[in-house]
Amino acid sequence: MNGNKAAKPGAPGRWIARVAPALAAPILALAALWAGFALIKEGWISGGFAPAFAAVWGVAGAALLFFVANWSVERLGPKVRARALPFVFVGPAILVMAWYLAAPTVRTLALSFFDASSRGFAGLDNYAYVFSDRTMRIAFINNLAWLVFGTGFSVLSGLVIAIMADRSRFERVAKSLVFLPMAISFVGAGVIWRFVYAYRPEGDAQVGLLNALVTAAGGAPVNWIVERPWNTLFLIVIFVWLQTGFAMVVLSAAIKGVPGELLEAARIDGASELRVVRSVLIPSILPSIVTVATTTLLLTLKVFDIVYAMTNGLYGTEVLASQQYKQMFKFLHYGRGSAIAIVILVAVTPMIWYNLRQFNKREAFS
Amino acid sequence: MSRADERPGLPGADFEEAAAVARLRRVSVRKVAGRLLLNAILALVCAAWTLPTLGLLVTSFRDPDMVSRSGWWSAAKDPKGLSLDNYRTVLAGQDWSYVDSSGKTVKLRGENMLGAFGNSLAVTVPSVLIPILVAAFAAYGFAWLKFPGRKMLFVGIVALLAVPLQIALIPILRDYQKAGLNGSFLGVWLAHTGFGLPLATYLFYNYISTLPRSILESAFIDGASHYTCFTRLILPLAMPALASFAIFQFLWVWNDLLVALVFLSGGGRAMEVLTQRLLALAGTRGQDWHLLTAGAFVSMLLPLAVFFGLQKHFVRGLLAGSVKG
Repeated sequence: MNGNKAAKPGAPGRWIARVAPALAAPILALAALWAGFALIKEGWISGGFAPAFAAVWGVAGAALLFFVANWSVERLGPKVRARALPFVFVGPAILVMAWYLAAPTVRTLALSFFDASSRGFAGLDNYAYVFSDRTMRIAFINNLAWLVFGTGFSVLSGLVIAIMADRSRFERVAKSLVFLPMAISFVGAGVIWRFVYAYRPEGDAQVGLLNALVTAAGGAPVNWIVERPWNTLFLIVIFVWLQTGFAMVVLSAAIKGVPGELLEAARIDGASELRVVRSVLIPSILPSIVTVATTTLLLTLKVFDIVYAMTNGLYGTEVLASQQYKQMFKFLHYGRGSAIAIVILVAVTPMIWYNLRQFNKREAFS
Repeated sequence: MSRADERPGLPGADFEEAAAVARLRRVSVRKVAGRLLLNAILALVCAAWTLPTLGLLVTSFRDPDMVSRSGWWSAAKDPKGLSLDNYRTVLAGQDWSYVDSSGKTVKLRGENMLGAFGNSLAVTVPSVLIPILVAAFAAYGFAWLKFPGRKMLFVGIVALLAVPLQIALIPILRDYQKAGLNGSFLGVWLAHTGFGLPLATYLFYNYISTLPRSILESAFIDGASHYTCFTRLILPLAMPALASFAIFQFLWVWNDLLVALVFLSGGGRAMEVLTQRLLALAGTRGQDWHLLTAGAFVSMLLPLAVFFGLQKHFVRGLLAGSVKG
């Protein structure tokens, strides 16, 4: 747009004057950003002000890179511009995704065939470990429990609450209260529920809600998070408490989409309300139920924070993701850690395949 | 009843009418009872969902002695035992002292939640804004620029949507150790950017590609470049999509533990975010419920404010993000 034409043979000086700044600018920008990073890293800027400075530097830096890249490409003339401009726009995203997600799948797969320090080739040893070790077997069984009960209870309670709320005048309040835990972190929820499950020896005042209820009913206090195998279920309760809100909101929206005449027709035919729900309402929102179930299922496969915060995998509550973390940081075994990551990836492949199929079906991309 | 109206003079009509009324009344009684039962169950469910959080909130204001002597539900008996002292202890960074009721000076070490709050902000703000910027540029490129490999690359992004981030931890950690990015804010921002980009690009593409092409064409006639067109026209128009993702990503990053543990732990205690700090607190002060509850509430403060302030957008954002791996 600056009236640039392709370089004429007789004007090398003008060509250089145009191209040199276009090449220099990105280099200068990168250098300036790196200098800012070094300032923070070396502790030249410290104290309470440092995080704020870092945040501004980061966001402004990203914006600056786009601005400079575009400015440079604009200077290089219309021919280069037409070729290069798309990559100014999509290039950074592609590079970051390639570095952080695409390449790591291949690299992790490769690492899973190597030993602890990734130097010696280990063949299938890591996979043999993953599928035969005792703790790993517990992790698999627990993850299966998470998958079945975590998903099942979340979807079921979400569905029941959505149906009940739909028929109540207090729908908004009820839905807000059930949805609220979605804002809370797994670690925060861990603290909340540790307090609910808090255990004191018999005779002491029970400060945990659950044991207070148990002792009030005449029972003996239970140390909930130590009792195997039920403790995994008590951890799953936390997940259900957090995730029911999600299932409820999606299913509630689906219920609102079911035409009222359909339900009314069944009622006029003399069907009881329970029957209406079971034979008319649920079949018509089945697709939404499946969507919610798959989404929740994916979450249970990767569950980490709750276990790590509540028991750190002790008392037989280990799951795959917590085992992976332990292999990485406690045992420093990158081979086994990678093998577990590959197992998790394989478990979610059906979802990846499904996403791709849906995308191709829509043919939104022309 | 209509039948009875048609034959007013016939014997038995009165009886029939009375029976119909009785039937109706029975139905309505059952209906009212049903509605009462429904609301009662719903109230119970709401209580079950709210009590754990309420217990946390109440305990965080209670006196340490009271907390270990009685359950939080009996706090109402002694409203004088409530104060902000626990918050002072968890927020403070250095030792701080106060004079207690008997005139003694008590010295306490703070848990530096305030510093962790600042770190959480420093991690979260760029980890939300950078992916939005990068993904919005990319979405514009995919929607309105022509280049070789366009479809292939986008299919790749769709495939990455559900890839679990566990897959990336070990390779990226090794890259970071080599590049000196381990334990730096920059490393965590880039990691969250990488893990959030597939979803952001996908969402923004879906939105931007449906904007009418005529807007763009009229801008080009006025001599605007793609860059001006993007920053001046498309970004403001795409605001709803950007906002939905922003809320989702904010919650995700703010509440994240794993990425912070893996990539930020190298920075030591001074760089800890709230989830890490809270976890450390639970480890060292596991039975000090008055501090643990106050700390947990500090970590929940901002997400809860967003929840109550922007409830509609909050739900929309979470729904939009549900496809993320």
